[in-house]
Amino acid sequence: MSQRSGPSGAPGGAPGGAPGGAGEVVIRAELDKRYGANQVLSRAQLTVRRGTVHALVGENGAGKSTLVKILAGVVHGDSGALEIAGRAIEVATWERRAARAAGIGIVQQHGASAGALTVVENAVLGVEPLRGPLVELGPTASALSALGERIGLPVEPWTAAERLPLGAAQRAEIVAALHQGAKLLILDEPTAVLTPVEVDGLLATLRRLADEGTAIVLVTHKLDEVRAVADEVTVLRAGKTVATFAASRDAAPGARLDVAAIARAMIGSDLPGASPAVAPAADARPVLELSGVSVGSELRAIDLAVRAGEIVGVAGVDGNGQRELALAIAGLVRSTGEVRIGGRSASRASPAARFALGLAHIPEDRQHGGLWLDATVADNLALGRADVTGRFRTDRARVLAHAGTQIAALDIRPAAPTAVVRSLSGGNQQKVVIGRELSRPDLSCVIAAQPTRGVDLGAVVRIHDRLRGAAAAGAGVLVISADLDELLALCHRLVVLLRGRIVGERAGEALRDAGARSALGALMTGVEAA
Amino acid sequence: MTTPDASARPPGAREPGPDPDRVRLLEAVRLPFSGARREILTAVIGLLASIAIGSVLMLIVGKAPGQVWWAMLSDTATDPSLLGQALYRATGIMLTGLAVALPLEAGLFNIGGEAQVTAGVVGCALVGTALPGGTPAVIAIPLCLLAAAAAGGLIGGAIGGLRVARGAHEVITSIMLNAIVPGVALYLGNRALFRNGTTTGAPIASGAELPQLGLGGSSANASIAVAVLAVAVVWWLRARTTWGLAWRAVGQSPEAARTAGISVGRVRIVVMTAAGALAGLAAANFVMGNKHAFEEGLGRGSGFAGISVALLGRMHPIGVVLAALVLGFLSSGGVAVSTLVPKELVEVLQPVVVLAVAAAVPLVRRMEAAR
Repeated sequence: MSQRSGPSGAPGGAPGGAPGGAGEVVIRAELDKRYGANQVLSRAQLTVRRGTVHALVGENGAGKSTLVKILAGVVHGDSGALEIAGRAIEVATWERRAARAAGIGIVQQHGASAGALTVVENAVLGVEPLRGPLVELGPTASALSALGERIGLPVEPWTAAERLPLGAAQRAEIVAALHQGAKLLILDEPTAVLTPVEVDGLLATLRRLADEGTAIVLVTHKLDEVRAVADEVTVLRAGKTVATFAASRDAAPGARLDVAAIARAMIGSDLPGASPAVAPAADARPVLELSGVSVGSELRAIDLAVRAGEIVGVAGVDGNGQRELALAIAGLVRSTGEVRIGGRSASRASPAARFALGLAHIPEDRQHGGLWLDATVADNLALGRADVTGRFRTDRARVLAHAGTQIAALDIRPAAPTAVVRSLSGGNQQKVVIGRELSRPDLSCVIAAQPTRGVDLGAVVRIHDRLRGAAAAGAGVLVISADLDELLALCHRLVVLLRGRIVGERAGEALRDAGARSALGALMTGVEAA
Repeated sequence: MTTPDASARPPGAREPGPDPDRVRLLEAVRLPFSGARREILTAVIGLLASIAIGSVLMLIVGKAPGQVWWAMLSDTATDPSLLGQALYRATGIMLTGLAVALPLEAGLFNIGGEAQVTAGVVGCALVGTALPGGTPAVIAIPLCLLAAAAAGGLIGGAIGGLRVARGAHEVITSIMLNAIVPGVALYLGNRALFRNGTTTGAPIASGAELPQLGLGGSSANASIAVAVLAVAVVWWLRARTTWGLAWRAVGQSPEAARTAGISVGRVRIVVMTAAGALAGLAAANFVMGNKHAFEEGLGRGSGFAGISVALLGRMHPIGVVLAALVLGFLSSGGVAVSTLVPKELVEVLQPVVVLAVAAAVPLVRRMEAAR
């Protein structure tokens, strides 16, 4: 295992001399970027070599997407140094057109195809091949098909992009980028939309492309992918490059990188030791009961009961019905089957009526659903809380007092009730959501969807404490998280969701023993039937 | 491996990016409501730019801008009838401005003011005519106001209801109703209301008439009190009640409102109904305060002018009052200087104000970012 030291702070400061004979430097960057008051990148460094797969890793919000978008000219950087194939580039004016001409291809997180256009039309957009005054697509279409065939990413050039499944649309973007002559191919979280089999196929293709000389930047927060395919790794945390790693050639595949060290660098330190909440009484009554709950084809016939004082975790790879499960319980999506909250039927109740039955809902995305970003902390903490605001006339004093209490209890910074939520960091924004939801009176059950996604460690500890506190006070808590470690640290019982169904359940001692993780991992990926 | 700066964790650790559900149309004209200073700055920059553009136009037609502006100001201020016309005009567009500003803050663009005003005029005149001649004012005035508000509210509520129930965009339905309602009003007039050969209906009961302010024979009347009261109520609802909280939350962050248990659809319908009612109330100015009868085309133009008022007033109730006064004086001032410059020159200024304010929004945003 060889490791290079972290950046030294000088432009392009990652020391050269890549181990394992990697090729010359394709891109070397050190970038700053600010969105309003939010310093997204500060001297973030990245050096990518020809013929390598370079993993850019970090937690949500670390600045990974912003960094690669600047490299590809999709957004402008503020300042810093950028060198492409040895040529210095002006960061502030670097544009997509120039980047494409310089051989930088990018496949963005949520795709960037014009939906109504066909794959081949998207591929030539902006660089249309002309025959006289007319656009000529035939040769490009054949070239795309041939190229896709050769590298194992078959594409259908004449299909409109919006008609393709997500995986196929992504393949088309990759092939189009390579067709345009990309020498550096950037993929931003490409596996988020893929099934496990497709993921393996994509990673193998990336490996082959790198071996043929393309430089690949793989943006991800999944360490399995890093372990499987990366030659070099750059770790971003809060907009800074905090560490770089290089794989050793002589170690066995799968052990070429110290994944534990990468995880530590991503998080900043190890997660705190698990201290599961006090176990609920054996005869505790159920406070959340689902029977036969289905949402379209995303969630199928879920039966689940959470008892008072119990913390139940929902594990699973993202996109297996977790989102729909939370929304169905909160009444925010059309569902069939029965939902009972606090012992009373809520199947037909509006979201507000469900809150009145004792529900609290921490939605998975604080920026789209959790928070009113342009309002103050105090208003967000009072949103929809008639018990705080009063029924009709707003009781400003009560709203401010409520805000003061929550700010103190959760250490929300800045400690100002009138601060605009948009200006807060991710962790503090999440604390606002937690504060509003867990301070509801007569709480009987809590759904917490990804309660600590993209928040810093200090906030994680506080949020976990509040969830345990809610359970200790008699509420049933359902935690939905993509982070198995979080669930193991927090929950009395885990269920595993796969393709919309509960495929397994583990409780008590079965969660503590050494094989728990691999057993759950197998369930999550569907390798083993429960 | 080293981990430099392991302790430094800047607060800005989240993915930025615009909210995709933000309606672009609204984004272009409005700022999130967090700083009164910013709104005032935007309006002032817009006004100054309009004055500059107006001055250039005056130079083009060969007049000294200083002289024209001064004449506009001094004549309007000293001639009671011009002053009265300014107030008369301001009263109507204050209400229609409010009818745009209120829904705009709830994320809805109500450009159906024309339809709502016309409906209010018809409703108000119908009830006023139907009342027996001797009805006392304490009964006649509230009834006519109620009829005007209800008729306008019906149109507004229909726009909101179509949006919520069928997903029909309020801009499209507003535009359609702007054509339909005046058409229906004209049909009603021809069939039943107009008196032999004219385009004027029967007079309303004298008890329903609002007194004139008596400014040099101008049309200014007591309905300005109705407008000011409406502004005060909207201001109070907006700033001091949970309704205001809900409507602003729905406007800026519908997902967050929905997740927090607010019924977004209900808020939209209520807000559009209220907006229609406000525009309908403008009939008090036109029917009860001035013409005392239904008249073809009465109040026309004030619905669209309300859009300018709301934008210049930065969607705030107080701002709407000021903007209505400014634009009211501008139209009176146009009459005052009609001997100096063509009246089209002054008419052009109202849309110029809107454009200038819209252009000032990103400018002020950039000034803030640079600070």
